[in-house]
Amino acid sequence: MSELVKVQVTVNGTRYEHTVEPRMLLVDFIRHELGLTGTHVGCEHGVCGTCTILLDGKPVRSCLLFAPQANGHEIRTIEGLGTMDNLHPIQEAFREAHGLQCGFCTPGVIMSVLPFVEQNANPTEEEVREALDGNLCRCTGYQNIVQAVQLASEMVASRKAEAR
Amino acid sequence: MAGKYLGQRLKRNEDPRLLTGQALFVDDVQLPGMLHAAFLRSDYAHAWIKSIDPSAARQHPGVVAVYTAADLGKIWKPGPLNVPPPSGIPGVVFNQRTQVPMAKDKVRHQGEAVAVVIAESRYIAEDAAAEIVVDYEPLEAVIDLEKALGEGSPLLYEDLGTNLASFVHQENGSYAEAAARADLIVKTHIVMERGTAAALENRGYVASWDNKSQSLTMWATTQGPIALRNGLATILGLSEHQIRVIAPFVGGGFGPKILLYQPEEIVVSWASLQLGRPVKWIEDRQENFGDTSQERRQIHEAEMALTRDGKILGVKDVFIHDTGAYNSYALTIPLNTQTHTTGPYKVANYLTEYRVVFTNRILVTPLRGAGRTYGTFVMERLMDKAAKRLGMDRTEIRRMNMIQPDEFPYKTGIVGQDFAKNVLDSGNYPAALDKAKEMIGYEAFLKEEQPRLRAEGKHVGLGISFFTEGSGVGPYEGARITVEASGKVNLSTGVGTQGQGHFTSFAQVAAEQLGVDPKNIFVTTGDTEAFHWGAGTFASRGATVAGSAVNAAALLVRQKILKMASKILEAPEEELELADGMVRVADIPSRCISLAELAVKANPSRGAVEPGTEPGLEATAYFGPPYGATAYGCCAMIVEVDPDTFNARIQRLVMAHDCGTVLNPMILEGQIHGGVGLGLGNSFFEKLEMDDNGQLQNASFMDYLIPRASDLPPIEIAHLHTPSPLNPLGIKGVGEAGAIPIPPAFVQAVEDALPEYNLEISEAPLSPNRLFQIVQAAKQA
Ligand code: FES
Ligand code: FES
Repeated sequence: MSELVKVQVTVNGTRYEHTVEPRMLLVDFIRHELGLTGTHVGCEHGVCGTCTILLDGKPVRSCLLFAPQANGHEIRTIEGLGTMDNLHPIQEAFREAHGLQCGFCTPGVIMSVLPFVEQNANPTEEEVREALDGNLCRCTGYQNIVQAVQLASEMVASRKAEAR
Repeated sequence: MAGKYLGQRLKRNEDPRLLTGQALFVDDVQLPGMLHAAFLRSDYAHAWIKSIDPSAARQHPGVVAVYTAADLGKIWKPGPLNVPPPSGIPGVVFNQRTQVPMAKDKVRHQGEAVAVVIAESRYIAEDAAAEIVVDYEPLEAVIDLEKALGEGSPLLYEDLGTNLASFVHQENGSYAEAAARADLIVKTHIVMERGTAAALENRGYVASWDNKSQSLTMWATTQGPIALRNGLATILGLSEHQIRVIAPFVGGGFGPKILLYQPEEIVVSWASLQLGRPVKWIEDRQENFGDTSQERRQIHEAEMALTRDGKILGVKDVFIHDTGAYNSYALTIPLNTQTHTTGPYKVANYLTEYRVVFTNRILVTPLRGAGRTYGTFVMERLMDKAAKRLGMDRTEIRRMNMIQPDEFPYKTGIVGQDFAKNVLDSGNYPAALDKAKEMIGYEAFLKEEQPRLRAEGKHVGLGISFFTEGSGVGPYEGARITVEASGKVNLSTGVGTQGQGHFTSFAQVAAEQLGVDPKNIFVTTGDTEAFHWGAGTFASRGATVAGSAVNAAALLVRQKILKMASKILEAPEEELELADGMVRVADIPSRCISLAELAVKANPSRGAVEPGTEPGLEATAYFGPPYGATAYGCCAMIVEVDPDTFNARIQRLVMAHDCGTVLNPMILEGQIHGGVGLGLGNSFFEKLEMDDNGQLQNASFMDYLIPRASDLPPIEIAHLHTPSPLNPLGIKGVGEAGAIPIPPAFVQAVEDALPEYNLEISEAPLSPNRLFQIVQAAKQA
């Protein structure tokens, strides 16, 4: 077994420092070392998008990275958005539009499209479907996810406008 | 029949947990001292195991135990059947061969477990599993269904002397007689291929034996927690009360998670018992392709006898069904095929017969659609062929053969998956056909749109297909409802939930009776400690059967509330109403009492209760239908085929659908969307590519494609409402609806888009590559 290495990351604003095997996948680190189990694993080979997190603001698949590769970086997971009583607009939109059924794919879907939602106030259906193409969902046929993303874009844009 | 809560588009109660990453899935369970399991699986589809040497793996640092079949002792035996073979059909042959916990002398499919490593981490367990040495003597694999039954085929089970797992023959009327007086007989040879459920969450189990309480807790991705608990008790030699099975949030079921006594369920719980520590096993995606059950491989020889004006005289369908290496789920799927083939049509003479074949592939168990899909495909293809031959409109020939609204209940005489002779309970089939035609703009498309597009060089076609969905079968489900001293309501039922919104729809049913906001009704599903009677979530039965039980329990609680309140408020029960968590005298709303106060009074801490009364505002009730309710619908789509790539794009897809009373239209539509998504995958991309040696060629999401967002069209849905007479709420199931009519509508549309080749497509799925081959063959012919 190889030497253990130190991994220091900031996740949802909290700093963590853990010593792990260098081969530990980032998704296992997040789920099992840090106990943030909202990030899920659907394929471990980079296709389904279930494990998507934001690394320095960009969506990445945490099953395709080793934990040490995240050393010194900022991570955001689903737990870093809203809370049960105070959902983030994108979470609210998914609830409103019934954009989830079993909810297993959902955290990955939300983290994947969050930057898209923040940058597109009024995306077309086609744009949304394209933005969603890196995420698999077996329950919804995507229809309500598409609507949820469109609604989320509107909601985020109108919050920004209010804040101005 | 929308009520204040029932039938309303309410947001789901479970969503905040799921959306914030707070919902518990099996892999989220983390226990002190927990060990991790990794299975060593066979690379061969068919081989003798000559020896297994686990010694190196046992020495591996961090490994706690390595077990093979030989170590399992008494618990190593073929598991119980999940479902018995049908009673009530004469002449049934059923050769029972159920799954074993780990392969002993022989492996019968690639991916079959041969050993398990239990270690301090999953990483270590997998490392060590690679160090186990197995000496195999490879055998020729049985893959081809027709050859499997031929002379000289290698055998999966030498002692049986055949690869035949079952034979079933059923006939209503006489097909031979119908064929003798027919003006036209059309025939077809249909091949449908295997796909996989591909729930995004793989299977997984965490078992934790506690020596002090002498009890086992098991978190499982199962659709049948109660049956799993009962089966495990028998297998492990424990009493049922010593086992608690929890199916927490489950990331999609679609069928395979209803299969019970899977090898890993048994091995993981047994290992926890041996080691006195919690053991977790989580399947990975590659394993899932080789060890989780699959469906959809049948070959049909079918024919239909008709009069010259298009009336069906009879149908004959003889098919072979692939059950894989085991038949633990008996005949549910092919029985569903038999009952669904004639679908919405009146077929006085119907002969249906099948052989089930053992092959060296993972076993077959129901997958969303579950046998109905093939039957529908066969019948709808025959209808299309007959229409062409007779020069009739494809919707007219369907309409004239449909069971009419005044002909229900309609008996088909064929025994189905619930072992009852199939009865279609209610419906208005012609109305659904008309609705779908109207939505897709049938006449206008064929008369104007299509000619215009063709003139522009576009290859655009329309497909339309009808289906029925037998759903909501027995035996029964139950529910318990308790009004707490806080006025909040607890509701528990035995069915598990995999995304169907039960936390909301069941709350809506109870809310309607109790006048309590569904937000204040806390639903527990799938925990044997909360409720321990029930069969499980399968056959689109959750809403129908468990929903009806919830309604019955809520009614009993309502009666208790009214009786008590009537005394306290000194008003007759008929004058009371339940709303906003209160009981009021309807005309004098100030005379009221809250459910919270009533609940406290119903459970006094001192004094005497009236003899014969029970404490608490609580009731348990059960519901079992005499037979299943049949939902139905009509799907139409417009497809454009690219003549260069043979890629087909679905431009529009409509579905007119009737599942009786709707509990929550938002949830219902979601179920249809998801089913359609799977149906399109089955029509188009999804085929497990198996070579002759039984090696799966596309065991990853890179190679086995499931539909993505940009592959699917928007789905337009219309609801019709014919309440089922089989339960008080009038519900029919919906879970599988979307998956059933899509393949026949799709291939019909493709044929219609390429009229120049006069194609006759008789297979699904139909990939662009395969369509190209079919067109090339047609060009040559
Ligand atoms: S689990 Fe990472 S992409 Fe599927
Ligand atoms: S909601 Fe179940 S996989 Fe997307």
